[in-house]
Amino acid sequence: MKMYEVVRAEELAPKIKLFEVYAPEIAEKARPGQFIIVIVGEKGERVPLTIAGYDAKKGTVTFVFNEVGKTTKQLGTLKKGHCIWNITGPLGNPSEIKNFGKVLCVAGGVMIAPMLLQVKALREAGNTVVTVMGARIKELLFFKDEMKALSHKFYVATDDGSEGYKGLDFLKDVLAAEKFDRCIAMGPVPMLQAVCELTKPYGIPTIVTLMPIMVDGMGMCGVCRVSVGGQMKFGCVDGPEFDGHLVDFEQLIKRQRMFLPEERLSALLWELGGCGCGGK
Amino acid sequence: MAESKPQPKVKKKAVPIPKQPPEVRKHNFNEVALGYTEEQALEEASRCLQCPKPQCISGCPVEIDIPAFIKLLREGKYEEAIRKIKEKNSLPAICGRVCPQEEQCQKMCVLGKVGDPVSIGRLERFLADWERARGFTIPEKAPPTGKRVAVIGAGPAGLTVAADLAKLGHEVVIFEALHLPGGVLVYGIPEFRLPKSIVQAEVDYIKKLGVELKLGYLIGRTYTIPELLKERGFDAVFIGTGAGLPQFLGVPGENLGGIYSANEFLIRVNLMKSYAFPEYDTPIRIGKHVVVIGGGNVAMDSARSALRLGAEQVCIVYRRSREEMPARKEEIENAEEEGIICKFLAAPTRFIGDEKGWVKQMECICMELGPPDESGRRRPVPVKGSEFLMDVDTVIIAIGRTPNPIIQRTTEGLAVTKWGTIVADENGKTSLEGVYAGGDIVTGEATVISAMGAGKRAARAIHEYLMSKK
Repeated sequence: MKMYEVVRAEELAPKIKLFEVYAPEIAEKARPGQFIIVIVGEKGERVPLTIAGYDAKKGTVTFVFNEVGKTTKQLGTLKKGHCIWNITGPLGNPSEIKNFGKVLCVAGGVMIAPMLLQVKALREAGNTVVTVMGARIKELLFFKDEMKALSHKFYVATDDGSEGYKGLDFLKDVLAAEKFDRCIAMGPVPMLQAVCELTKPYGIPTIVTLMPIMVDGMGMCGVCRVSVGGQMKFGCVDGPEFDGHLVDFEQLIKRQRMFLPEERLSALLWELGGCGCGGK
Repeated sequence: MAESKPQPKVKKKAVPIPKQPPEVRKHNFNEVALGYTEEQALEEASRCLQCPKPQCISGCPVEIDIPAFIKLLREGKYEEAIRKIKEKNSLPAICGRVCPQEEQCQKMCVLGKVGDPVSIGRLERFLADWERARGFTIPEKAPPTGKRVAVIGAGPAGLTVAADLAKLGHEVVIFEALHLPGGVLVYGIPEFRLPKSIVQAEVDYIKKLGVELKLGYLIGRTYTIPELLKERGFDAVFIGTGAGLPQFLGVPGENLGGIYSANEFLIRVNLMKSYAFPEYDTPIRIGKHVVVIGGGNVAMDSARSALRLGAEQVCIVYRRSREEMPARKEEIENAEEEGIICKFLAAPTRFIGDEKGWVKQMECICMELGPPDESGRRRPVPVKGSEFLMDVDTVIIAIGRTPNPIIQRTTEGLAVTKWGTIVADENGKTSLEGVYAGGDIVTGEATVISAMGAGKRAARAIHEYLMSKK
């Protein structure tokens, strides 16, 4: 097997893909909560992706991505047997996993995949786990059966209400009815923000996984800086998990949009069938 | 041309180095200084007095026998001349370009008392470029010792240690966290000052010495140092992880869009080649009015890169005066020639953003110089009520870098100072047996050549350690 070879490529939902790649050293060291930096090709950018699984025996690491930007679209064209140019990891601090008691896990979009890993670990540590998984529309949901099987209680929510609850408002009732010792949220920033607003009145420690824009992912550039409790923190080396009640989400959302025009241009050029060089 | 005796008449003026004209170079990323021709090199070399007691060597952190290589050069023995340099320095094409020779070898040159010192760096560069154009010859290596050394970081210190130990017959593996080797030489120093193809060529030379290079390995995460020693079969470890963490100002508004650390800005431009976006995937956004905060070489590099990326106006804001600027004089001159404005005795107090969270103004306060501080430079003191506003759309913060903490956090028993640097003696020996360190990770942010000097001393110490070990 070649280094960073794709050994399994699956489409979990439209434009959502799972890759299992050969990276034995990373597989041996990876823990829930950590991420890898993927570079698709020689001219590629460094993209952080949360680890969704690892198998030290097989020497593989699994991650799930959404084909939204140029890099993820290009990644999506790779097939079983193809190689990724470079992967660095595992990066970031592993999640704190212990018996907290009763844990509410809320996952949205592609982050459902790493949440499954998290839920497994929480169960092994003896927790009672209540899971909520969400997506924009029902077609984008995946790992439902797997998640349901691991959870004591399981809810589904979609933005349009096409499956399960419409939005996260139902959580108000869940939180009013049950006492939780911890909440773990992984997903798009607006979802994280909504979850934190819901748990705050109950004083439930809420841990959010942040994936701000990164370049090196090892503490060198500082582009992933987030304001947590008024302090400047780096998503890559201080995180990726933070106390959600202290995160300045408004600022984070603005920072994530910093390169939106360039990202759109890059994706568009890729869609037009170019290598991105604009015919040069 | 052959002459071994000093000339009777001293040539006071150095042969100037050809450069791209400022009007041309500020629009491209090609190298600014073009290097001596053979004739120019020979003429400059002829200025060397071949002092019986040369002072220049003592100014060189890696102790190159400078008069000897210059003598060989002017005899036309270029091959022997570059061999002479490479006895001590495996990265001459790099040092010939980025060493602050005016503070080192050339500062000691006797000719400097009556005129310009000999342009030692330019001669070193000439020979290195001459050799690279012809293809490297690989020096003879000592027979294999069977000892294995892990070098962490493929920057100036790590590459030097690796080359020296490989020549001594040890098996060397470099673990580099980034996807390209070179450390600050590739992520920090811009193409127009140090072309990346040159770094690549010097790294290739080190690989030809038998050094194995592993890219994308963050030691502390992928492996820890105890694992390298106990489980991965290494007999010694050298830590050369540099000073790669950016410092911020700690003033309000610093997280607005358009505000980069110099590290982010330079990593995007140099390592990720975002000047060639969208051919390369990593974007960079440069505004019309760019401000760079700081007065060191990194500030100069950032300002000059911003200009080349199409900024209309680039202004360097420095809290002290020109005299205290830590950047090389040559680089300040280059920057000003290109049209970069320096605003002295001012420091930012806050940044003001637009509704989208993008920086639009910077508030500064004027400074005056008080008595000297612990660095020996006069301390800047804010002038009350002197705040003023500048319109800006890109800000680059170049106020220094601190050591990367990952190794220190993951290596039990490794002594660390309160600044986060690793405690090591002059030979790089740390508090752990078989673990050595050198370069910025020990000294804090310094120069390429001082890191290489530390690498040389550590390589000697590691060799002694390995050979004394059963």
